[in-house]
Amino acid sequence: MLQIRIHGRGGQGVVTAAEMLSVAAFLEGKHAQAFPSFGSERTGAPVVSFCRIDDKEIRLREPIMEPDVLIIQDPTLFKVIDVFQGIKRDGYLLVNSNKTLAELGLAQVAAKLPTGHTRVVAASEIALKHIGRPLPNAVLLGAFAALSGAVRLVSVAAAIREAFSGKIAEANVAAATEAFEAVSAASVAA
Amino acid sequence: MLKQVEGSISTAEAIGLCRPEVICAYPITPQTHIVEGLGRMVRTGEVKNCEFINVESEFGALSACIGSSAAGARTYTATSSQGLLFMAEAVYNASGMGLPIVMTLGTRAIGAPINIWNDHSDAMSMRDAGWLQMFAETNQESVDLHIQAFRLAEAVSMPIMVCVDGFILTHAVERVDVPTQAEVDAFLPPYDPVQVVDPKEPISIGAMVGPDAFTEVKYLQNYKLDLALKLIPELAREFKKKFDRDSGGLLRTYRTEDADMVVVAMGSVNGTIKDVIDEMRADGFSIGLVTLVSYRPFPAEELRKALSGCKQTVVVDRSFAIGMGGQLAADVDHALRNVDRAPQALSVIAGLGGRPVSRASLRGIFRKAKTEPWEGMHFLDLNQKIVATEVEHMSSKRRSGPIAENLLRRVSVAPVAE
Repeated sequence: MLQIRIHGRGGQGVVTAAEMLSVAAFLEGKHAQAFPSFGSERTGAPVVSFCRIDDKEIRLREPIMEPDVLIIQDPTLFKVIDVFQGIKRDGYLLVNSNKTLAELGLAQVAAKLPTGHTRVVAASEIALKHIGRPLPNAVLLGAFAALSGAVRLVSVAAAIREAFSGKIAEANVAAATEAFEAVSAASVAA
Repeated sequence: MLKQVEGSISTAEAIGLCRPEVICAYPITPQTHIVEGLGRMVRTGEVKNCEFINVESEFGALSACIGSSAAGARTYTATSSQGLLFMAEAVYNASGMGLPIVMTLGTRAIGAPINIWNDHSDAMSMRDAGWLQMFAETNQESVDLHIQAFRLAEAVSMPIMVCVDGFILTHAVERVDVPTQAEVDAFLPPYDPVQVVDPKEPISIGAMVGPDAFTEVKYLQNYKLDLALKLIPELAREFKKKFDRDSGGLLRTYRTEDADMVVVAMGSVNGTIKDVIDEMRADGFSIGLVTLVSYRPFPAEELRKALSGCKQTVVVDRSFAIGMGGQLAADVDHALRNVDRAPQALSVIAGLGGRPVSRASLRGIFRKAKTEPWEGMHFLDLNQKIVATEVEHMSSKRRSGPIAENLLRRVSVAPVAE
């Protein structure tokens, strides 16, 4: 079972991200479960959502306490909460930022994870370019597909088109594709 | 059709497929997405021949449901928590008059202190109100139970509450097989009421009954729930034949054969418990599970059978009666009364007001049940430290202040003014 925990702030589409990811996995014939961290959600407040992906039925209902993958939609959260809590030693870390992990003060945390399992993507900038708003959620799912190989980009695109429609859907797909390609290219280079 | 969808939406779709004629509900978290979904389906014509009535309160909602059900319409509503409390008087009226209303309860804690998260306090507050109550383990079972619920309620002419864990199920996006209209139509015939208020043939329903017949009316309410006890397994068998899924029934067992310890629980926590049982079985710990689906009527005989042969039973309640104990635990005790060599019964209170029920905590408490069994309630993951500090604070001064607010400060960093 692959367990993904997404951290962000209210308004960044944190819950939608987990839902879209579960739809992408479902479209590939997998079992998936997405759920939010049921708080009283307010714009700007820290929000967590969860997604589990497995080949068999998922019965577990506890929050994800030992994630295989951490997706951080907002780098200002590092100062507020311990987003790394429980991350597995062979886990993945994906951060939305235009800075490097070192500049974010995350070099030590990143060093504990396997080489090639950590990535920074300027998702808000990519979103601004394609969507016109700094909504990083779909963009990071494209990056996640490239980083983990857990779902294919085409499934992520289909999930985005289920959640949104028309121009907004296509802009998000384009943004996710750019992030996917950027991460794939970087992996090849590495 | 298999889809990846939010539990509230698949549940709403299932209710739509049951061809309700009147839906009347008032929004309250975490049930809201279900009736919003149904409202949308009525507006777009996806659900036909259905009136969606907006009302001013939960009391109004269930009162309108009583009227429409008495007029012979298939009637649906949904609520949660304080909403159910506000309905309370009408809850008893619906069952007292034998009106087969189907209600979804998106289960949630009851305040004060206000808490929007999941536990079973609301369902338990109405456990003696004469309604059938069934608990869904998954969103698939929520879909399936609602389809069975209309059939069951109408067969015995009694109202039913389908209890679906708020947030944990209602807000989870997972794989659900939503049947087709033809499949549901083949299982659920149109509503054929046993009583109808009709101006052409006037009757009254809900008149005053004195000491001469009140006992008999109540006896027959109970008789109808006894009928349901027989009907529930039959419906589950027919459902399995038609839909090829094990949903509903009185209870389900999981790895109980030869189990020394059998856990009893209701609702979504059963999934987590099953994972724990697999892990513990792999370590050689002899443990199984009874998932209770039908809480009212309570299947005492089936439960006795399921628990016969185990040495210990651990009941995991998602609520408790203050000053008494876990409601399900008490009912399990009742089922085991006068049983020879009854298993030792232990009570765990877990997941109050949305506290996560983790595998680690369940594993720990099941192990402890074997090595250090306890009397009374065990509160899973109770923060002993803040409780002890508050007890000391309360006993040290008269004006110790509000407990809830004091505890909030104790779990955060800010000190309480002592």
